[in-house]
Amino acid sequence: MAGAVLNRPRAVRAFKVLVAFMAFLPLAILLSRLVGSGLGPDPGQQITESLGIAAFQLLLATLALTPLKRWTGWVGWLRVRRMLGLFTFFYAVLHLLAFLQFILGWGDVWATFTKRPYIIAGFLAFVLLIPLAVTSTNSMMRRLGRRWKTLHRSVYVIVLLAWVHFFWQARSDIGEMLAYGVVVLVLLVVRVRWSRLLRAGRRGAPSA
Amino acid sequence: KELPSMSRPEMSTSEKLTPYEDVVRYNNFYEFGTGKDDPARYAGEMSVSPWTVKVDGACGRPGTYNLEDLLQPSQYEERIYRLRCVEAWSMVIPWVGVPLAGLLKRFEPASSARYVYFETLHDPEQMRGQRSLFSTIDWPYREGLRVDEAMNELAFLAVGLYGRELPNQNGAPLRLVVPWKYGFKSIKSIVRIRFQEERPKTTWELIAPQEYGFYANVNPEVDHPRWSQKRERRLPSGLLSPNWRETVKFNGYGEQVSHLYKGMDLEKFY
Repeated sequence: MAGAVLNRPRAVRAFKVLVAFMAFLPLAILLSRLVGSGLGPDPGQQITESLGIAAFQLLLATLALTPLKRWTGWVGWLRVRRMLGLFTFFYAVLHLLAFLQFILGWGDVWATFTKRPYIIAGFLAFVLLIPLAVTSTNSMMRRLGRRWKTLHRSVYVIVLLAWVHFFWQARSDIGEMLAYGVVVLVLLVVRVRWSRLLRAGRRGAPSA
Repeated sequence: KELPSMSRPEMSTSEKLTPYEDVVRYNNFYEFGTGKDDPARYAGEMSVSPWTVKVDGACGRPGTYNLEDLLQPSQYEERIYRLRCVEAWSMVIPWVGVPLAGLLKRFEPASSARYVYFETLHDPEQMRGQRSLFSTIDWPYREGLRVDEAMNELAFLAVGLYGRELPNQNGAPLRLVVPWKYGFKSIKSIVRIRFQEERPKTTWELIAPQEYGFYANVNPEVDHPRWSQKRERRLPSGLLSPNWRETVKFNGYGEQVSHLYKGMDLEKFY
């Protein structure tokens, strides 16, 4: 059966390699455009933007894994969750550094990070990612026990902040922002529904 | 097509030019999409000839004019201006065209006319950005100047750059160039000019009045709410040398234009 084949360790490992490869793609594409000078006359702006989008897309991908596991029943999805979460953090770090280097030029840092609402939202999302990255190891998971799960629920706040950070940069065309907003909404709504069903199930009540 | 012109060194900067390829590949022209490379990719879908400009409002010679009847190629000038975008990047561009004042005077503006209003072509069939369902722009793109600003010797109508006809993405066949103001004031592909008493509402002011004002004079002392205007990246900007420079009030044209704003609070009238 296909399911049995997919559950073999080798299949899961191959999947992990494939996902890692895909997560590296945004960076690889950026580097190749950089070498081929396909980034135009304002490369810093392009790089900063692309890295931010990559971080956001990876965050959404990370959040899609649990629903995918639920819907398909395949455990492979969960095996790449930590990796994608760390890739998200990796791109977020690069995005922040690129912003400081190419857009701010390390000037006005304090004013920018305290005065500009869209920067504050993005920076908060980044700061909240740090504890998640730090506690992503097995030993940290063991040590934190139940609290680990509570801590990592902050990812829902992070994805909202990241989306707001993105949306507040809209100038005149908000189509792209709205499309991402729908994805965020779906990923959050399915979780709210599950937790309701779960609670109803625990109480032994018939689901309404 | 080549456009012969008289050079006007006294009206030109001697700063290093932004290369032609960059000037024609990196544009904001939301009629063709919001990406910087969208205009270069899609502006070819617009046909610029024949082209007419409708002139109306408070003037003695209103009418619909063919573009070629408005222009005398023998009088084309070349002026090298700095262009400072509100997004904190800048370029140096050799424009070819005619002073705005000369053209406007031919329509005999009435003394009641205090403002000049401009409009860009509105044609969703040729301009794919205007077909976008999620755009917050109320087309057509609108701009305006006070009449005394429009009559300033720096205000220019460009028909070309680098000695050639304007590429569509740069606002062919006729665009405004007001170098002491942020780039979005320099309206592209003009089809309408109107003289009026009341101040026109301009496109960016309509979208986000707290971010973009009617005047939009380049001013390092007044930040955009989302970013600082103190510095700019002169393009092309490299990774190792971002090419930062300090932004200068009125984009360095204060000598010619600061008298227009005497006594005005530029923090209020941004």
